[in-house]
Amino acid sequence: MGLIHEIDYGTPASKAEKQVTLTVDGFEVTVPEGTSVMRASMEAGIQIPKLCATDMVDAFGSCRLCLVEIEGRNGTPSSCTTPVAPGMVVHTQTGRLKDIRRGVMELYISDHPLDCLTCAANGDCELQDMAGAVGLRDVRYGYEGDNHVFAKDRTDGADNFRWMPKDESNPYFTYDPSKCIVCSRCVRACEEVQGTFALTIEGRGFESRVSPGMHQDFLSSECVSCGACVQACPTATLTEKSVIEIGQPEHSVVTTCAYCGVGCSFKAEMRGDELVRMVPWKDGKANRGHSCVKGRFAWGYATHKERILNPMVREKITDPWREVSWEEAFAHIASEFRRIQYQYGRGSIGGITSSRCTNEETYIVQKLIRQGFGNNNVDTCARVCHSPTGYGLGQTYGTSAGTQDFDSVEHSDVIMVIGANPSAAHPVFASRMKKRIRQGAKLIVLDPRVTETVDSVHAKATHHLPLRPGTNVAVVTALAHVIVTEGLFNEAFIRERCDWSEFEDYASFVADESNSPEVVGKLAGVDPETIRGAARLYATGGNGAIYYGLGVTEHSQGSTTVMGIANLAMLTGNIGRPGVGVNPLRGQNNVQGSCDMGSFPHELPGYRHVSGDAVRDIYEALWGVKLDNEPGLRIPNMLDAAVEGSFKGIYIQGEDILQSDPDTKHVSAGLAAMECVVVHDLFLNETANYAHVFLPGSTFLEKDGTFTNAERRINRVRKVMAPKNGYADWEVTQKLAQAMGLDWAYTHPSQIMDEIATTTPSFQNVSYALLDEKGSVQWPCNEKAPEGTPIMHVGGFVRGKGKFIRTEYVATDEKTGPRFPLLLTTGRILSQYNVGAQTRRTENVIWHDQDVLEIHPHDAEQRGVRDGDWVRLTSRAGETTLRAQITDRVSPGVVYTTFHHPDTQANVITTDFSDWATNCPEYKVTAVQVGPSNGPSEWQEEYEELSRQSRRIAGRLEAAE
Amino acid sequence: MSHDDTGANGPHAKLIRMANQIGTFFLSKPHDEGVAGTAEHINKFWEPRMRRHFFEVVDAGGEGLLPIVLEASASIRRPAEERKAG
Repeated sequence: MGLIHEIDYGTPASKAEKQVTLTVDGFEVTVPEGTSVMRASMEAGIQIPKLCATDMVDAFGSCRLCLVEIEGRNGTPSSCTTPVAPGMVVHTQTGRLKDIRRGVMELYISDHPLDCLTCAANGDCELQDMAGAVGLRDVRYGYEGDNHVFAKDRTDGADNFRWMPKDESNPYFTYDPSKCIVCSRCVRACEEVQGTFALTIEGRGFESRVSPGMHQDFLSSECVSCGACVQACPTATLTEKSVIEIGQPEHSVVTTCAYCGVGCSFKAEMRGDELVRMVPWKDGKANRGHSCVKGRFAWGYATHKERILNPMVREKITDPWREVSWEEAFAHIASEFRRIQYQYGRGSIGGITSSRCTNEETYIVQKLIRQGFGNNNVDTCARVCHSPTGYGLGQTYGTSAGTQDFDSVEHSDVIMVIGANPSAAHPVFASRMKKRIRQGAKLIVLDPRVTETVDSVHAKATHHLPLRPGTNVAVVTALAHVIVTEGLFNEAFIRERCDWSEFEDYASFVADESNSPEVVGKLAGVDPETIRGAARLYATGGNGAIYYGLGVTEHSQGSTTVMGIANLAMLTGNIGRPGVGVNPLRGQNNVQGSCDMGSFPHELPGYRHVSGDAVRDIYEALWGVKLDNEPGLRIPNMLDAAVEGSFKGIYIQGEDILQSDPDTKHVSAGLAAMECVVVHDLFLNETANYAHVFLPGSTFLEKDGTFTNAERRINRVRKVMAPKNGYADWEVTQKLAQAMGLDWAYTHPSQIMDEIATTTPSFQNVSYALLDEKGSVQWPCNEKAPEGTPIMHVGGFVRGKGKFIRTEYVATDEKTGPRFPLLLTTGRILSQYNVGAQTRRTENVIWHDQDVLEIHPHDAEQRGVRDGDWVRLTSRAGETTLRAQITDRVSPGVVYTTFHHPDTQANVITTDFSDWATNCPEYKVTAVQVGPSNGPSEWQEEYEELSRQSRRIAGRLEAAE
Repeated sequence: MSHDDTGANGPHAKLIRMANQIGTFFLSKPHDEGVAGTAEHINKFWEPRMRRHFFEVVDAGGEGLLPIVLEASASIRRPAEERKAG
């Protein structure tokens, strides 16, 4: 093994097509026009000494170390800022250059501590490397003069005003100004890669220092802790605290982040079986070497003390847990499930696959249910997030996934973000998007709030449509109205790729006055001119790309909005090439994969309906059983059936439905009515309060497999340590299946992928060998597209002709009135992930330790609510309390909160209304009232007591809080 | 089963609302296409016991169901009798 060393070419690659040939130290090299001499030399295998250059940021030319001599040119130009020219003859190592470089290094070292042996960067320091590279043997200047190195003057002990103490405010990395060489790589990484502009160089000349914000510490500055600066730093100035604590890693393995649907590739850098740090991998095609605070740093949950490592069983949910052997746990589940099926019928049990687990694990959970339980009662968390995407895009285009790869955004001219806040929820994609916006692309945002995406530094939205929650369909249809009535549609595209008569029907529908911005604007609370401006820009501004999130799907008309979005892209011809498309931003790491793998109760893997005889034949032949041809229960239906008494047992892998699903009281009533609830997870999550069996899970660091991200990219997950609980999740499911009498004998997840490839046409060519060779592939990956499909619908839609579908706006039944006059909508913040089970168990809580209710100053004043007050939040479903934050990011009449903390119980408030087509819950609209409160509600107090009681483990003392 | 049990306030209220939501979407389609679409949607996505409850409502007169849903019910598959034991 050993560490994976990525070559640093010094400057970014040029994308020019024209090639240029030059000579470096006598070797001929051909590179694209616009390449720097430094990069060309590296391509030729010659590394020019450098400090301020690195290929993640543009050349800067400040360190004066990378100088070269070029025949026919005067002086010694810096190779990082000098572009190649045809026939150029470069010398990188001459007597003159050697002298200059040694002189430069001597100056650097004269203001740098010489504590290399005890320095955290020892062995990974470019300053150290360069001192070696230039042959520095002596520093003539001494350390007596001005310096940034020592706190006290070495001669008289007086305070050295130039010295600055180490900033340890960030939980994950330190900033030690005494080691800084002011190369400004961190400042440029923050600007160019992350796009936050949190860092600057303050002062001039020798006084220059890196400063977060306005001479603040990192934690109180705008820094979002993405880690790009730490990665860029050539010295120990910015260093991961884990490296300081553990030391340098000795081997690394490329794997995939287990947080959001961007699916970033990381090198897990290890010392033995201890994880030292996660470093974004440059060749990762989703992230291109960038990361966010979650993937880069928030992996501490993997070894958190609350992780459960032994299986546990209990008779009743009021009993304490009893630790048992794996065999006993499996035998207990098998006998209970069989008993329940005997007593209540074959359809009385089911399961939920995890969008956090691998494709292979998800595939075998649905297989267990279909083959072993003999029914189709399988669902996954996509039910509560992107099921409308599956339905809406399936109807219009013929396939249910995003149309582009993330690289596509580099070719977009107009980016429309609808009901998504990528800066918080998909940060690495947001950085790539903002980079494009800084290059001149325009941004349109449809969101009730002024999100971070709306008003980012140097990436502000040209049009923000702050629509009332619940009016998506009306507004999206109004955009189409403008495009149609102003003649901005792409007739040639529509005639070629879509059904013209369906277009005519759709056009006559949208052209109706009731869909005009003037009418819609009133009910949606958006200025009609803003709607018109946005529509014109999207239709005529060049390549138009739509990115959307759960603000689109989690409504009673979620599926209709998805169709409306698909219609917009067809109308304008924005489909089937780089820079355009319809892109759902998927929430969880493998929610795309879990859908692909047949986790829906009506579909076998590859989105094939269970009623299709030919499809069932494939699996019946392979699995040796008769499969049910009727659709199974979806999660909300399972809970309804449980309350009714016909659904009694469930196997839940890596999903916390009690916290994540709406109408908590209904969920808990459903779970409480079941006779055998099996929770397979890392922690005793909220759902486990109602469980009879707990199976400990493994983290993404502890198993092999694949995740599929929002761009349909299948990425490898690689095991870097043994499962602390003893078994990878796929092994646990397999042992459960065996206990239930199934003859499974997988010895490695690659065999599961082989079965998937054999049975699923869109995965036909996928294998671990191919993934190892290519790094990743995007499905469909089969005979027609042997290396995968970066962009869908090129030359024609998957379904044949694109289908325009009427999108009639129907207001949700969830309406405000005298009792509940405000609309609650929900969302996420950067540092926390989903229900917080992972991120709450990391240092990320420093940024967000509780959910707060955002409320407009007018609404707050009317109710006598001050900033930071406890407030009671009430809906017809229930009530909870949390603290108020007064802000004009929300409009009057709208309140907003996050759902990262279980004690907030935001879902006690949300209702059981759902999307008409898929039952995806309407999280984004709840009519509520807000009033002052003294503290936690009765439900919150009772619930806390219940949680405490239900987490007792026999023979163990309760942890002192 | 009393009259109230099947209406908009009965135990099947949620089911009726869901069926009507589906029907409402298909109202904007040409009539025959809308009826067929409603039926197809319920056939494709509703588990047999949901359809069984649906027919309890229909058989009791269909109170609370939109006309398009009632019309579609003729093309919705009646589920087989419930089977016990797997």
